[in-house]
Amino acid sequence: MGYPHKPHAKETKVLSKYFGDPEARTYKGWVKRGGYEAWRQAQTLAPAAITDLVKESGLRGRGGAGFPTGLKWSFMPKDKKKPHYLCVNADESEPGTFKDREIMRWTPHALLEGTAIAMRAIQAEVAYVYIRGEFTEPYAIMAQALAEATAAGAFGDLKIHLHRGAGAYICGEETALMNSIEGKRGNPRIKPPFPAAFGVFGMPTTINNVETLAAVPPILTNGPAWYKKMSLSNPKSTGTKLFSVCGHVQKPGNYELTMGFPLKDLLFELCGGMRPGRTLKACIPGGSSVPILDRAETEACLLDYEGAVERGTMLGSGGVIVFDDSADMVYQIMRLARFYAHESCAQCTQCREGTAWTTKILERILAGQGKATDLDLLLDLSENMTGKTICVLSDSCAAPVVSGIKKFRGEFEDYIAGKRKPVLVA
Amino acid sequence: MSASARPTHDAATEPYQPVFAGKVLEELQSLLGRYPTKQGALLPALWLVQRQRGWISDRDMTEVAAVLGLTPAYVKGVVTFYTMYHQHPVGQNFVQVCTTSPCNICGAEDVVRALLQATGAKELGATSPDGRWTVIEVECLGACGFATPVLINDDFIESVSPEKVPDLVKRYR
Ligand SMILES: Cc1cc2nc3c(=O)[nH]c(=O)nc-3n(C[C@H](O)[C@H](O)[C@H](O)COP(=O)(O)O)c2cc1C
Ligand code: SF4
Ligand code: FES
Repeated sequence: MGYPHKPHAKETKVLSKYFGDPEARTYKGWVKRGGYEAWRQAQTLAPAAITDLVKESGLRGRGGAGFPTGLKWSFMPKDKKKPHYLCVNADESEPGTFKDREIMRWTPHALLEGTAIAMRAIQAEVAYVYIRGEFTEPYAIMAQALAEATAAGAFGDLKIHLHRGAGAYICGEETALMNSIEGKRGNPRIKPPFPAAFGVFGMPTTINNVETLAAVPPILTNGPAWYKKMSLSNPKSTGTKLFSVCGHVQKPGNYELTMGFPLKDLLFELCGGMRPGRTLKACIPGGSSVPILDRAETEACLLDYEGAVERGTMLGSGGVIVFDDSADMVYQIMRLARFYAHESCAQCTQCREGTAWTTKILERILAGQGKATDLDLLLDLSENMTGKTICVLSDSCAAPVVSGIKKFRGEFEDYIAGKRKPVLVA
Repeated sequence: MSASARPTHDAATEPYQPVFAGKVLEELQSLLGRYPTKQGALLPALWLVQRQRGWISDRDMTEVAAVLGLTPAYVKGVVTFYTMYHQHPVGQNFVQVCTTSPCNICGAEDVVRALLQATGAKELGATSPDGRWTVIEVECLGACGFATPVLINDDFIESVSPEKVPDLVKRYR
């Protein structure tokens, strides 16, 4: 098992404080470190009071969309007539993102504690933690932690179950995830109805990301004002966030930063910059589904929800993919398109056909058989794939293509004009 | 965790031995208690089948359908949606290598080549002549900072480079 990098002085360690400390994984070890104190406090509070604290903290969903967590919880029916459910999204499959895995393997009780608190806030008696099938090690660690906490009677009547996925990125989409728990194909559902009214098994449901829930216990123990104060730029982005950095940096890994931290400093100070002799070319700051930044945009980007939007991209899941000048952007964008084509659930024509055709055209260009009109064709396709489908997987495929052509057009044109050696065979 | 035993059955010559009997049936029963519908236990039930058999045959799907009150066609529809369920026998060691962009730019395709060579599997998706190895490329394994991650059976191995492949393969001989 890989160990996390050494903490950097510029990190703010809240979620990652115990990464690398195996004792923190045990129930006793977690309690010794102040764990389950937040859950004890929560049990003395009314559900609405917990939700209010989370609202006040400014915590926003860390799964990609950045939706305010307290507000989401407040959508659940107050007068309970049916069973309520919580779904914990541990499907983490967005290329560039590997933070939830680290939370589960080092601090499983942080997630379980946050889960119990959220269950109380939304009055759920059952929670499903949906862990992607490939995460064999995090699953085993979570199962052990859950068994220890349950044996200690930590959760009273609450039932928390682990549910193992079986290889499908789309099951990270909230309604697909619910279908998958119900024993169905993981097709996203048309919304409305929204999960708070009609979720898993047709019952009121809230779904949250692993990192979102792991942030809840410290908010309770330290107070929402403490959390809200951690903000370096825009007050609408509060607290800390794990940024998973991968690709061409010297020190990849998970770095926990206060919201608003400069992307440039993350890459060049904390991650040790590029390899010797290499320069930064491009960066995708929020997982593969968000637009690519060129070097100048990367160097100007602040890491919070608004800062990313200001540079024409999104904070997404906080998966930071770094490309140096050795990267072939056409090939890598093709790889991303292939990912979406592979993962499309194929319900929507624009997505099923669009992701497949985008991949085919990019492959053709890389095989030296591109046509002068191909770039416009790709942009046309992308436009048809944006804002028109049941879920945003289709839009996610278009994002790197459109931004890639805009910012690295010359590289595409070189393949098409025969100035670059084909890297694929037709 | 190590490679699980992979008994297979030949539908033509042997009578069908149910998966859900004895201990495995007990496991299924405890799973059923976790979901408000029987259908909810479908994914975990399929995992049990794959653990016991190494793959999921049509006959197994029929058994799962009967146990959960579903139709075989429905079960098949679900099995085919999820890439981790094997609908055919695979090599004793099933190797999944991530080649999505973040790992790709860190040399994942070289790792694939090294694995194909060291295992004798020759071709992606094909099983080596000795039946021991199947190597496939997969999309992001959620460990992009540890390029290149490789999943061998249930063992998740981080930071594999072509140089490390021969030793890694030896460990599973
Ligand atoms: C195609 C697709 C894949 C997604 N994958 C994930 C995922 O792996 N993990 C996750 O937490 N959210 C994922 N999401 C976002 C979820 O739908 C949902 O917004 C999130 O889990 C809500 O939790 P949060 O509010 O705590 O962020 C995905 C969304 C889409 C459209
Ligand atoms: S956009 Fe794509 S993945 Fe999403 S529901 Fe439609 S076909 Fe499925
Ligand atoms: S891209 Fe290889 S693990 Fe994510």
